[in-house]
Amino acid sequence: MEVVPVTIGSRGFASTSRRDWWWVTPLAIFIGLSSFVGYSTWAAFQNAHYAFGPYLSPFYAPEIWGDSPHAWFGPKPGFIPDWVPFSPALLILPFPALFRFTCYYYRGAYYKSFWLDPPACAVGEPRTGYRGEQSFPLVMQNIHRYFMWIAVIFLLLLSYDVWLALWFPAPGGGETFGIGVGTIVLAVNVVLLSCYTLGCHVMRHIVGGSYDEVSKHPVCDRAYACSTALNYKHQLFAWCSLFSVGFADIYIRLCSMGIWTDLRLL
Amino acid sequence: METQATFKIWRTHPGGDGTFQTFKTTVTEGMVVLDVVHKIQAEQAPDLAVRWNCKAGKCGSCSAEINGNPRLMCMTRMNELDTWEQITVEPMRTFPPIKDLVTDVSWNFRVKKGIKKFKPRPADQPDGTWRVAQRDVDRVQEFRKCIECFLCQDVCHVLREHNKHDEFIGPRFLVYAANLEMNPIDSDDRIPDLKEQHGIGYCNITKCCTKVCPEHIHITDNAIIPLKERVVSRYYDPVTRILRMFK
Repeated sequence: MEVVPVTIGSRGFASTSRRDWWWVTPLAIFIGLSSFVGYSTWAAFQNAHYAFGPYLSPFYAPEIWGDSPHAWFGPKPGFIPDWVPFSPALLILPFPALFRFTCYYYRGAYYKSFWLDPPACAVGEPRTGYRGEQSFPLVMQNIHRYFMWIAVIFLLLLSYDVWLALWFPAPGGGETFGIGVGTIVLAVNVVLLSCYTLGCHVMRHIVGGSYDEVSKHPVCDRAYACSTALNYKHQLFAWCSLFSVGFADIYIRLCSMGIWTDLRLL
Repeated sequence: METQATFKIWRTHPGGDGTFQTFKTTVTEGMVVLDVVHKIQAEQAPDLAVRWNCKAGKCGSCSAEINGNPRLMCMTRMNELDTWEQITVEPMRTFPPIKDLVTDVSWNFRVKKGIKKFKPRPADQPDGTWRVAQRDVDRVQEFRKCIECFLCQDVCHVLREHNKHDEFIGPRFLVYAANLEMNPIDSDDRIPDLKEQHGIGYCNITKCCTKVCPEHIHITDNAIIPLKERVVSRYYDPVTRILRMFK
């Protein structure tokens, strides 16, 4: 590529002629993401109040080993030493966390809010050096597609949890069909997570975006159109699903602690 | 209705550096920033240099930074701005200044020459024509709306803050490359160039380019990220590479 060097020097950190409140959005994202990371980390280490009746917190789902009736393989296995902090959530949360960490939307958001690279559009940066995602370590963000597949598996598992949340203990033993507010909270969470995951840029690429003539692949054509429609609201679904996951955990936690009462609608 | 407005316009000095010069003027209903600049040029500063052409947001000539935001002067209505405060008008900061609001954007045209040109596949029909589905054309049609105002290049921090002009082609030419690479008739392969020479990995998806585009092209979502994913499939995804070996 033939170029002529252009020398316009950086004007320094936060220098800009912008008059608007350019710092509000990155600050809000910083507070929002920090709050979620702080809460989810705290909740993951609690190892308590994560299940209530047929409900299981999405932070702990699937519960591979644990003390609740939802655990697949019973309590904590013996091969995990006592000195290792254990919580069913610690086995689960890294996967959705890395899916979001490598998500194109979140990347752009936290590069601005946490790394100030740049703090906002047309605003000066604190550093002069820059490697972007061209080289290590950020080139590792390209692993996103693998976490996307894991996220799809989690969607199926969380959908199954919604099904389980429809079956309440019957007074005379056994189970009876019902719908509680918690069922709706978990169902809405799965819908929002699905809209976020299925509209992911990688999903869009894999289902049809890699073809120049996607119309020649009818199934991919339809899937690409659906994924594209969701992708246009990817930012919205990223935040709504983040909120719904956190709220679902809070709801079940407070019901389990007896602070909130789960209303039975049916 | 006439209102008073104070404009701070960037003026270059013979030595190459510059300062803001303040102008007070009246603005009337319906004016855009370019009208005001022309009024100041006519009444107060006949040597004020400004590049413009169509005054309709289609030629991409009058790009500048208005109150720090990269915008077309002809598409920025005065009633969008607060005339109680001084309004700043600066040249695009990513490109070398020539005079006042005029910058040297020729770097962009040299970059464009470095991108592989359109190379159609053999014709589908005996009469030398092709058959392409409309929705496959629609996908790249969005990219053809670009008016080459270079506002996206101006706001891109890789160029603006880090001066990676020799390693990164910028959002405008990633859109240009996407237009060719995703074209249903084109047969050339630009993926290796995008990774090695055009520096697509430098983009960190801050979407500033999308925000300033006067044609509302979804630069990041529809051009850059799909190209990034093609690069990932080619170079970073071992499963895709193995699958490609069996095809």
